[in-house]
Amino acid sequence: MRNVNIKYRVAKSKSIQIIIVMLAFIVILPLLAIILYIFKEGATKINWTFLTKIPKPVGEAGGGIVNALLGSAIIVFVASIIAIPIGIFTGIYLSENKTSKLAYWSRLSVDILQGVPSIVIGIVVYFWLVKPFGTFSSLSGSVALAIMMLPILIRSTEETLKMIPFSLKEAGLALGLPYHKVILRVIVPCGVSGILSGVILSIARIAGETAPLLFTAFGNPYLSYNILKPMHSLPLLIFNYATSPYDDWHNLAWGAALILLTTVLLLNIITKLTTKRWNVQL
Amino acid sequence: MACMFLTLVIHSMPSIRSLGISFFWGKTWDPITNVYGGFPFLIGTLLTSFLALIISVPFSFSIAVYLGEYQPTGWLSNLLKNIVEIIAAVPSVIYGFWGLIVLVPLVQALEIKFGVLPYGIGIFTASLILALMIIPYGASLGREMMRMVPAHLKEAAYSLGATRFEVIKNVVIPYTKSGLFAGVLLSLGRALGETMAVTMVIGNANMMPTSIFGPGNTMASVIANEFTEADHTLYLSALIELGLFLFLVTVVINMVGKRIIKKFTNE
Amino acid sequence: MERPVIKSVNFNAFFGTNHVVKNVNIEIPKHNAIAVMGPSGCGKTTYLRCINRLHELTAGATSNGEMLLNGEEVYGMHPIFARLKIGMVFQRPNPFPNLSIYDNVIAGYKLNGLKLSKAEKDNIVEQSLTKAALWNEVKDSIHKKGTFLSGGQQQRLCIARAIAMEPEVLLLDEPTSALDPISTSSIEELFHDLKKNYTLIVVTHNMQQAARVSDKTAFFYMGELVEYDDTKTMFTNPKDTRTQNYITGRFS
Repeated sequence: MRNVNIKYRVAKSKSIQIIIVMLAFIVILPLLAIILYIFKEGATKINWTFLTKIPKPVGEAGGGIVNALLGSAIIVFVASIIAIPIGIFTGIYLSENKTSKLAYWSRLSVDILQGVPSIVIGIVVYFWLVKPFGTFSSLSGSVALAIMMLPILIRSTEETLKMIPFSLKEAGLALGLPYHKVILRVIVPCGVSGILSGVILSIARIAGETAPLLFTAFGNPYLSYNILKPMHSLPLLIFNYATSPYDDWHNLAWGAALILLTTVLLLNIITKLTTKRWNVQL
Repeated sequence: MACMFLTLVIHSMPSIRSLGISFFWGKTWDPITNVYGGFPFLIGTLLTSFLALIISVPFSFSIAVYLGEYQPTGWLSNLLKNIVEIIAAVPSVIYGFWGLIVLVPLVQALEIKFGVLPYGIGIFTASLILALMIIPYGASLGREMMRMVPAHLKEAAYSLGATRFEVIKNVVIPYTKSGLFAGVLLSLGRALGETMAVTMVIGNANMMPTSIFGPGNTMASVIANEFTEADHTLYLSALIELGLFLFLVTVVINMVGKRIIKKFTNE
Repeated sequence: MERPVIKSVNFNAFFGTNHVVKNVNIEIPKHNAIAVMGPSGCGKTTYLRCINRLHELTAGATSNGEMLLNGEEVYGMHPIFARLKIGMVFQRPNPFPNLSIYDNVIAGYKLNGLKLSKAEKDNIVEQSLTKAALWNEVKDSIHKKGTFLSGGQQQRLCIARAIAMEPEVLLLDEPTSALDPISTSSIEELFHDLKKNYTLIVVTHNMQQAARVSDKTAFFYMGELVEYDDTKTMFTNPKDTRTQNYITGRFS
């Protein structure tokens, strides 16, 4: 029989397989290292003071991150209020109108928006909302984050609704319901879990964002509830304190990092539980 | 609705574009003397992004092949899928923070071994972190592409006596070539725009990088660092121009990548 | 009688616990065309794929029993060896889309890393395409990719690719079911010539095709080989009622 080097080729195939599997799984290591390190460093720093006090001036022990915690919560909340209605309605619109001119441009914009670096969005919102009003504000930060949430919301809403069978719509129409009621009362409730997971996903995405907040919310060492004034947030705090030379601040940053990481991971897990697709948001 | 954002964005940027094209070749960036050359940051961005790409490709490719071809189902495969998703979900600041505290000393030790100035921070470190962050994008896309190879094509190769690797090399990869390329492009787009993690470990040096082990700056990181300190309009507009450039480049790359994918999935 | 080219003894195949091919005993003589027929899901395609060991590539698929190729146990040799001696043509024509016609024909050699001189390659390509009745139609565009070929031509290309490896047996899984009638008949004509050099085992849904093309026919039903006889006898005087019912169209 011709010399087909079977032993050699099979061995080569097997060994390449081993190499590929190893390479594939190596990425677990750095991730694990990061997560463990943060847990280790951060766990010791969290206590009641940490969660309820504002940071003290450098050199004084103690102090906490309550302003950043609250700030993050407020900024994200406001961003969600802005983005969710717009995102969901646009998603509904796009799933119903596949061919109109407006649909085409909207889709295109969503695609482009997904690729825009977050810092560029920050710059833009700066010019819209900070410069004209002469002050940094958490509202502008929320707007920046809302812009980032939109592509995810729109995409997931549209995808969810697309998967709902046409026959359901027909059933609603056959019952004599006007079109908009069919959409709002029949189709959308059907897709609620998919839309909800899109919402949670978008929140998870922006909860950890820093760059857009750099020139909008800007940060605030004091507790503040005023959305028209600068406000602090967890990612901003981590950024500022991590790059500072003070150990006290580093400690605070570790605790903050732990809280942020846990929150983001939890949100992602919740998303996973309400949907079954494997999909890295591009 | 969303389309309006687009037009407004384009408008706000050029409102401050006053410096001309030579901006991109100028090598000195000195706010004090009001001289602004963007070249160092261009190089910084290119270096970090491409280095990150090169480092990450073997890993994201392996993940894609493993999940798309060798083991599409099973608990091990699910584990890997979830891990990759987690990598994508971790906020950028956290990568930067960890990089600063943990990676930098490691790189310093490495640099001492190489006999290079042990900054620790710098282009190389930034590329490492960036590589980790963009792996999920290439891997996810690659896997989708590989799953689309029709089974009977692979079977034809098996029936001719090919080994598993030979089938992958001769059938799967040629079939998914353009899709894989799109995956690379999209990863690149992500890397170009990544700000926080890079800013924290790159060393914030506004000069031409002398070696990859030295500090530098990317377009994104210089904006992050200096935007709020820009006190006169020329300074600010220089930074904006960088932002505009960044915007255009990332948008183009992402659009090209998406178009390739669309073409591929429609065939 | 001369030794049969394929012989199965008590052969079974499973998908997990699903017993899809039950206790098949069959002897297939050389230079014959055998049609394998039966209703959907009767196990005929699975049995075919067991011959060249394609079946085991599916997760959870197993088999047992004897499968002899010219007296040698197929499951005793390395699967690659087995596949080199047994060629296969699939239901949907599947030439490799990134290769030219020329490269498609010798794909088997390239995949196995067999080095040939240009003269040898040219020779093999021309001979295989001639035997597949495709040479005259493509000889001027041999180095182009095969995407412009019609369905029937693509299938003949796949046949050429399979016979380029000089197999003993050629397995064909419903080779014409995706083709139009004209292409179908041109391929059926081919079978008459191919029989001279190879042994053909053709799974088909089309009874007329089986009647036109084959010397012997095997009828599978629910995983069992119910009847195996000369085609003429099978169609005019079937011995089993199940065969009778199938042929007269009581079920398909």
